[in-house]
Amino acid sequence: MNIADPSRWEDSRVPQVVAIDGDFPGQRLQKMWETEPGFKGWLGSVDHKQIGIRYIVTAFAFLLLGGLEALVMRVQLGGPGQTVLTPQEYNVLFSMHGISMIFLYASPILTGFSNYLWPLILGSRDMAFPRLNALSYWIYLAAGLFIYAGFVTGHGPSDGWFNYVPYALMDYSPGLNMDVYALGMILLGISTTVGAANFIVTFLRNRAPGMSLNRVPVLLWGTLTASAANIMAVPSVSLAFFMLWMDRQFGTHFYDAKMGQPLLWQHLFWMFAHPWVYAIVLPAMGMVSDGLPTFCRRPLVGYTLVVLATVSTMAFGFGVWVHHMFATGLPNLPLSFFSGASFIITIPSGVAVMCWTATIWTGRPVVTTAFLFFASMIILFVIGGVSGVVTAAVASDWQLTDTYFIVAHLHYTLIGINLFPVIGAIYYWFPKMTGRLLNERLGMWNFWVMFIGFNVGFLPMHTLGLLGMPRRIYTYPADMGWSGQNLVVSLGSAMFAIGVLLFLINVAVSLKRGKEAGPNPWGAGTLEWATSSPPPVYNFSVIPIVATRHPLWEEAMNESAERSSIDRGFLLDRGKETIGTSPLDGEPNLILEMPGDSLAPFALTVGMTLMFSGALLRQWWLVAVGIATIFISLVDWFWPRRVHAGLEKVDG
Amino acid sequence: MVDALVTDAPLPVGSAGRNSTAWFGMLCLIATEGSLFAYLLFSYAYFGAQNSADWLPTLHPSFKYGLPGTLVLFSSSATIWWSERGMKRGARGQHLIGLIATILLGLTFIVLELLDWRDKGFSLSSRAYGSFYFTITGFHLLHVIVGVSVLMVVLGWSLAGYFTQRRHMHVTISGVYWHFVDVVWIFVFSTFFLAPYVIAL
Amino acid sequence: MTLSPSQDAMSARWPLEYLTSAGPHAAPVVPLTWFLLGISAAVILIFTVAVAWGIIVRRQRVSRESLSTCSVENSSRGLSWVYIGMPLTLVTLIVALFWTMLVTGQIAQPASPPTLAITVTGRQWWWQVNYPALPGGRPFETANEIHIPVGQPVLVRLRGGDVIHSFWVPALAGKTDTIPGRQNVTWLQADRPGVYRGQCTEYCGAQHANMGFLVFADPPAVFAAWRRNQDRLASAVPARPTTPRGMNAAANDATRPALEGGNGQAIFAQHCGGCHAIDGTDAHGYQPDGHGVRAPNLTHLMSRRTLAAVTLTNNTNNLAGWISDPQAQKPGVRMPITHLSGPELQAVVAYLKAQQ
Ligand code: HEA
Ligand code: HEA
Ligand code: HEC
Ligand code: CUA
Ligand SMILES: [Cu+2]
Repeated sequence: MNIADPSRWEDSRVPQVVAIDGDFPGQRLQKMWETEPGFKGWLGSVDHKQIGIRYIVTAFAFLLLGGLEALVMRVQLGGPGQTVLTPQEYNVLFSMHGISMIFLYASPILTGFSNYLWPLILGSRDMAFPRLNALSYWIYLAAGLFIYAGFVTGHGPSDGWFNYVPYALMDYSPGLNMDVYALGMILLGISTTVGAANFIVTFLRNRAPGMSLNRVPVLLWGTLTASAANIMAVPSVSLAFFMLWMDRQFGTHFYDAKMGQPLLWQHLFWMFAHPWVYAIVLPAMGMVSDGLPTFCRRPLVGYTLVVLATVSTMAFGFGVWVHHMFATGLPNLPLSFFSGASFIITIPSGVAVMCWTATIWTGRPVVTTAFLFFASMIILFVIGGVSGVVTAAVASDWQLTDTYFIVAHLHYTLIGINLFPVIGAIYYWFPKMTGRLLNERLGMWNFWVMFIGFNVGFLPMHTLGLLGMPRRIYTYPADMGWSGQNLVVSLGSAMFAIGVLLFLINVAVSLKRGKEAGPNPWGAGTLEWATSSPPPVYNFSVIPIVATRHPLWEEAMNESAERSSIDRGFLLDRGKETIGTSPLDGEPNLILEMPGDSLAPFALTVGMTLMFSGALLRQWWLVAVGIATIFISLVDWFWPRRVHAGLEKVDG
Repeated sequence: MVDALVTDAPLPVGSAGRNSTAWFGMLCLIATEGSLFAYLLFSYAYFGAQNSADWLPTLHPSFKYGLPGTLVLFSSSATIWWSERGMKRGARGQHLIGLIATILLGLTFIVLELLDWRDKGFSLSSRAYGSFYFTITGFHLLHVIVGVSVLMVVLGWSLAGYFTQRRHMHVTISGVYWHFVDVVWIFVFSTFFLAPYVIAL
Repeated sequence: MTLSPSQDAMSARWPLEYLTSAGPHAAPVVPLTWFLLGISAAVILIFTVAVAWGIIVRRQRVSRESLSTCSVENSSRGLSWVYIGMPLTLVTLIVALFWTMLVTGQIAQPASPPTLAITVTGRQWWWQVNYPALPGGRPFETANEIHIPVGQPVLVRLRGGDVIHSFWVPALAGKTDTIPGRQNVTWLQADRPGVYRGQCTEYCGAQHANMGFLVFADPPAVFAAWRRNQDRLASAVPARPTTPRGMNAAANDATRPALEGGNGQAIFAQHCGGCHAIDGTDAHGYQPDGHGVRAPNLTHLMSRRTLAAVTLTNNTNNLAGWISDPQAQKPGVRMPITHLSGPELQAVVAYLKAQQ
């Protein structure tokens, strides 16, 4: 029988509902969903779990690189007048440090978690656009390598992560360095955007039947909000970098002082970057909102408030960008407005902080490593948040801006609200991903070394700032009164790095020798814990049907209302399929056909990389080759399908 | 309630028009591209606000190519709509004619735009206005070119019989994209061709 | 004028600290900042205690293994935390916001009209300072050291010479960027005579770290004298050169003839005059059509306390060291190694030493 026969091409069907018991014959689903073995299969995989793990591993690698860069900087700054680095080396290092951390670590790591977790939490078999998912990963990798290729060949960007013009223009920064950054960022922007679109559509369409909006775990709200923001904010920075590249290469006049407007850069950059700093913490805050209650043995206090806080933080986040430009000489009226807006943004953050604290107080916390990382995040968030409030006061910021006070603020927020939750999240979800638990004893050491090291290293930055130490200086004279504290900062950083090292050791050891986890080692309440650890490629044997916010806690919470149905649900085994539900109420209204593995995302990425490399080196033939590759990949990608992917594997 | 969700009504499979994920995906693309043009026009407006009116090369830009271009684009929106309607009604002829007409109109626009570029007395690098003019219209032109290419591929698939009255997601989705490109032009056109006249008043 | 150490930023414990202020542009900010820091400390304390104590008081000792069977409380308690916390937060924020607006308005302008307006241009990596002419005098230019009369508001117009820099004198005023193509303004007023340290705080390239400057708040008489001195053109023939300290005396003797008769001046005009000006001589400095670089005007170099944007103390040794190899003192600086021979160097140093 020809599987491409249009008579087998269904327009509609009643999805079969089955109840599974212990020995569900998963081979059929397994066969349809699994990735071919071998390199080709690896390149073409669209499994969200694989992609998620790739994201996490890659982002972690960039964290280590960025961290090593920081440690070298800390050696240079450990005492006055050091000459470990030349000024230019230092400048490239702090720029690469910021870029690596903000763009190549902080955001992708969360994308990785969301990629891995979303379909599991949603009771779905994959994301809405599995191939887009693969594309987003490959482009991210390409962009990271692109920027790092510049760095290792001596063309590292050296104007900080916000890359102010006119310094970034050809006159002051000749060479390829800024072009590497500009084009790399445009490439990365494509990755972020397609990833964000994927999350939005997945959220709207791929929730388990019955998972109405008020039953969606907070992590998903966090990523959704961040994604919506990215869709709107990323074009701003891509455009800014594009115009920068045009100015540098084609003599346009967007930013030069004579005919252009240097301040336009700052507006475009911060209109993107302020929303972005929330985009790289809201999903992490979501992890805490979902993880903390598990250990407190009670549902999150104020679920609705926390969700509203998440969304409104983001909404306000679009209206405060000028607080990064307080010293640019804008008139006082707008400055006061942006000052006020920045104060107001404290309110949703405060709500979330209070809800978490209340969850601890009204729950019965069980102290595990993951719990400690989540709980300490509350404290670090408050420290980072209130220093933001001090700088939000425009008059104070005129003194504080561009000093180490800001460096302290940004590390407390970024490390406190991103890195700590992320490490906690790995302790929490590692068993799900690998089937094994991380070692708790080593975990405790890991936590305390990191926590103490972090505070020793970064608290003194506040006072250094108050004592006037400017940021982005490669050295300082001995008579400024900063030497002792800088030494403490450097030592604390080293301790913090040792903490990170302990974490790596724990992962390496536990991967092989960790305790078996079982499906639900923490007795958690959300759907990802309903399937085995690690989950099968198809995630769920049947698509569960959800009746409450905590489907797995209904028993333990003695929920009187209706119960979710985990073992009885839609089977969907006529090809790679999952159920599509209505955006608001989560009522099933479509059987979604999922694509099979495909090399198109990888080929498309190769095409884009060629195009961007060609543009960087001004080899226009390379650009043409890139565009042709892109075109062919896209045509292949969108080629109308007549058969459900995966069906041929089982029905041959 | 859980049982109420276990439907026994048949559910559409796969690409069901506006319920398909691809439709939602296209809306996301449009949102982000729309933002891109918003930022472009914001940047232009920022320059306008920071400079005096002599920033503009002329307060009376010529409509010689802009106006015909606008009409051409508008009518192409109509033809693509008509073409998709044909698809939905099963009128294959109408669908194909509409699609081809749209492609031809799109190509005409590209030619008109290039003629307009040739006529300008400034260049990309001669003044900031020129940088904006060519960048913004260039971005739009790029979208038209992409749109036309997409429609051509869709035409190929359509001729090869890949679509049916019920399964023609590609047609629907490329259609929205085309409408989007047209709407963007309204903003670009108003900014560069109409607004100077208003300033001149 | 002699200054006690506390008045002189150069010997202060923390020259750039900004929680002590010395003038009305900076003073109102200090209590506001303390207030915000105080609130911050309080909020941090509250939440740290709440979280830590909460864990201690409420923790249950359950093994990880039994977590999966551990009960889950079906509780909706806890929201009162938010209902108590939010109004408090709101009140605090409103107070902070009003105070901020008040201070922002207060320091927007000096209480009385400025008595002097100067122009400061940020350049990679030094500060060009231009003073208006006195009646009958000439406008003059200096670098990296700003003199203002104590107790009087001075308007500072800020220009960006190349890239963006930021003008900051912590004790006197917060930061204002110098942006090419724009003019920003700020004002300085010192209530006490003293030397206040300033620093560029917007990243501007290789030597952003070494882009300091000094503000001298002089008593009116001292200020007037300084200004009159700056007003002078350099004399065409310098005073008889003095032997730079630390230089090889023998070599010095051997080359003495070369030093006579304003030789240093000629060498300077030839090697340095394309970038540096000494007003009243042939060294015209940077010309827009030439190949030079904008460099500090050296007309009254010896009236400055420091060299190269507060990187070096201005003494003979440092001066000679700087001229022979500026790249060693300030790597990446826009002044090239000029390859003067030993005698030429001495002549130039001697010549510059005469520029009082
Ligand atoms: C990662 C994330 C992140 C987060 C979440 C924040 C959160 C905030 N940030 Fe931060 N910020 C950065 C990352 C972040 N920031 C970075 C990277 C920079 C530097 C960029 C650069 O220059 O390189 C920066 C810089 C920055 C500046 C510019 C400083 C300067 O350069 O001069 C300002 C100014 O207003 C600011 C303000 C704020 C405010 C008001 C918040 C608020 O959202 C904080 C709100 C939270 C709380 C306040 C804590 C919880 C609240 C309570 C417990 C209630 C009670 C509180 C009170 C009564 C005060 N930030
Ligand atoms: C998520 C974001 C993030 C993170 C995690 C960090 C982490 C660190 N940062 Fe970062 N930092 C930024 C974001 C971040 N930073 C940003 C955005 C800027 C502004 C940049 C700009 O001005 O443009 C900045 C600027 C910045 C400065 C100011 C530079 C300047 O203005 O001159 C300093 C100085 O001390 C610093 C230090 C550190 C240190 C010591 C760490 C430590 O936490 C690092 C700890 C170390 C590791 C995590 C690595 C551990 C490595 C090992 C254990 C070895 C194993 C290695 C292998 C196996 C290969 N950072
Ligand atoms: C190509 C340009 C150029 C030439 C030629 C040049 N300089 Fe400079 N010079 C500079 C610049 C730029 C600075 C400011 C450096 C800084 O502080 O960043 C400077 C600074 C100085 C200073 C310190 C000024 C101050 O106020 O702190 C002295 C003194 C000086 N130069 C002397 C000389 C002498 C003497 C020569 C010739 C032998 C010379 N320069 C040649 C560009 C030049
Ligand atoms: Cu000038 Cu920093
Ligand atoms: Cu911000």
